[in-house]
Amino acid sequence: MSQMLEIVPQKCTGCMQCELACSFVQTGTFQPSQSFIRVNVFDEEASYAPCTCLQCDEAWCMNVCPTNAIATDPNTNAKVIIESLCVGCHLCTIACPFGTVFTLPETHKAAKCDLCYGNPACVTACPTDAIEFVDADSAGGWFDDWAEKVHSNYVEAAGAEQNQLSQE
Amino acid sequence: MIDSNQNGVGGWTGKLLRVNLTRGTSEVEGIPHEWLHDYIGGRGLGARYLYEELDPTIDALASDNKLIFATGPLTGTPVPCGARYMVVTKGPLTGAITTSNSGGHWGPELKFAGYDLLILEGAAARPSYLYIYDDHVEIRDASDYWGKGVSNTEDGLREELGLPGLRVACIGPAGENQVLYACIMNDKHRAAGRSGVGAVMGSKNLKAIAVRGTGGVKIADSPAFMKSVWDMRAGMEGNPGKQGFTDYGTAATIDLTNAFGGLPTRNFQQGQFEEAESLNGETIRDTRLVANKACFACTIACGRVCRLGEHADKYMVNMHPRNWKAAGEGPEYEAAWALGADCGVGDLDAVLKANWLCNDLGLDPISMGATLAAAMELYETGVITDDMVEMPLKFGSEEALVRMVEATAYREGFGDELAAGSRRMGEKFDNPDVFMGSKGQEFPAYDPRGFQGMGVAYATCNRGGCHLRAWTPGIESSGEYDPHTPDGKSEWVVPEQNKTTAHDNTGICLFVASAGASPEAFVPCVAAATGVNYTMDDFLKIGERTWNLERLWNLKAGLTKADDTLPKRLLKEKHTDGPSAGVVVQLDKMLPIYYRERGWDNEGVPSQEKLEELGLASL
Repeated sequence: MSQMLEIVPQKCTGCMQCELACSFVQTGTFQPSQSFIRVNVFDEEASYAPCTCLQCDEAWCMNVCPTNAIATDPNTNAKVIIESLCVGCHLCTIACPFGTVFTLPETHKAAKCDLCYGNPACVTACPTDAIEFVDADSAGGWFDDWAEKVHSNYVEAAGAEQNQLSQE
Repeated sequence: MIDSNQNGVGGWTGKLLRVNLTRGTSEVEGIPHEWLHDYIGGRGLGARYLYEELDPTIDALASDNKLIFATGPLTGTPVPCGARYMVVTKGPLTGAITTSNSGGHWGPELKFAGYDLLILEGAAARPSYLYIYDDHVEIRDASDYWGKGVSNTEDGLREELGLPGLRVACIGPAGENQVLYACIMNDKHRAAGRSGVGAVMGSKNLKAIAVRGTGGVKIADSPAFMKSVWDMRAGMEGNPGKQGFTDYGTAATIDLTNAFGGLPTRNFQQGQFEEAESLNGETIRDTRLVANKACFACTIACGRVCRLGEHADKYMVNMHPRNWKAAGEGPEYEAAWALGADCGVGDLDAVLKANWLCNDLGLDPISMGATLAAAMELYETGVITDDMVEMPLKFGSEEALVRMVEATAYREGFGDELAAGSRRMGEKFDNPDVFMGSKGQEFPAYDPRGFQGMGVAYATCNRGGCHLRAWTPGIESSGEYDPHTPDGKSEWVVPEQNKTTAHDNTGICLFVASAGASPEAFVPCVAAATGVNYTMDDFLKIGERTWNLERLWNLKAGLTKADDTLPKRLLKEKHTDGPSAGVVVQLDKMLPIYYRERGWDNEGVPSQEKLEELGLASL
């Protein structure tokens, strides 16, 4: 079964070990500006949200690529760049709704998270288990709960509004 | 040590940025490899430059003082807690060399921009800030930010420069007004806190240093480095000290010091605080904690993000920082003590509010709380009278605590007296004995009558009263030593000071040492990062070299053996109850042994033999 990254912002302390680890894989130096995973900091809410490629089933970066330079790795289901085919047109970086495809300034080719071919460095580096590599089926439990709560709040609010309207 | 790194790449960038604020110029210089090699970086390297370039007798707030920001070879690497930078300058509070350390994300960002060191010289003609984006260096107008708090300054700069990844170190109004214990704040809540480094920055008319770095830290031997990093992390995993920091923050220490009668209360008049429980780590976690916050590369996350309780608005202040009711950081142990127990205040919300004001105004909460505590003692003994103050400065007054923090930063009313620190204030009111500190700097939260070793550590610390140069309560409470006798304390403190100093030089946080990682665990990281095969012996020698260099600088600045002392209260007055009752600090027994262990003469001057041993004889 394929695995995916499960990121739980509530567990993240904002230490940037994931960025260090990712950049070390990419460049051999510790250079957070070259990391494919980015920790978004919401200081006033004391909240830190690491964000990287979600490896979408319906991957817009892949669909939009004019040279078929993005493919699904059969072992990990990660969307990977085939560098020899990439012409550096940047379309994938525009198509990605999450901003997790980059182009490298040196080569002008696209670059993105490839799940480290099944052994993600960010997962290993995270000291609080905020990023875990889990079976795709069991992933997202916390997110389901959260989404359900938001959804039910919405339904409730919409229902109340409907009631009010019908009373009027 | 074998040195395979002749070019300064690996761990170090090998470069420093020198900015002259008077002339508005900047230049990049190479750092002599010999200095990197002999001092590792951080505090030691900063001290080496200060020794080379600065006349120790100058006025600390004159434009010819220099302000050095120094990272270490492990700053910006994944070595646990590789976040630290050290501010090195002549301290206005002490007149001695000061080395003030901070975490957060600013230090690594400076390294990513390509510099081990930043040296600031001269003074700008008008309020300015320094903008560094890799090799782009610019001095810009800061008149929009002058007078603003730390939080608004950082947000404003990020907006003006349009860089989300920007990291900011800045001063608050306290630094602008040259309060003698003003901090340099970075990432809003992290502070290079002690000895008034913020006042030096204020005297240079420099509001902020905004840094964005896109480069990386290279490593000389990556496989060995990563192995050392993982060994170190494995050693810290499950360590009870680390878990304690994570669960309760540094404020967990309150229980320890209070139990030993070593929690100074009401300006060191007592050694235990009856309301200690309302300020301890457990109370903070259970009632105010929102989340833990880590500095860069930190695997501990001792930082507390807290929210005020409901009734905290009752303490009126004139200044309302944005998001006043939202989450802020603190209190750490020292702040909880200084603003709490030392002022006799047990209301956690008042302490939190005072702490956040300190953060936003850029004040050192230790010296702030301790100076206010001294003023409270003077008020209660009738030396300070009601016509001098806007409100009664009684021990335990939450209103006075919160308001006086603000008044100090703006030098309003009696705040102007508090801004000078407790030594100068005590002298002015003819009561010098209310000053509880050494070399002009207020003590932190350990009463040496509860922990004798802290007495000799305080008296001999190169930057004045400080707990971060040799922390004895851990060993003294372990049962290995009797905390109330001087026996063996100097012999323990000297190597501990050396070890801690070398630790400071590397760029990682001191807390790893209390969280399961001794230097044996991270010296291999320094070696693999730099390519210099440092051994433990080298490491301790580097610490000793740095300590002696700082001492030499202080002697040239005019400090003498007479400054290696403690206040009369600690040497003569005994607590009447509690575990430390009947004890005074026997410094007269510990100090000669300390000098002997250091290889210094009876006047506290390093012997020629010692200087030769350390390679300092030619200085």
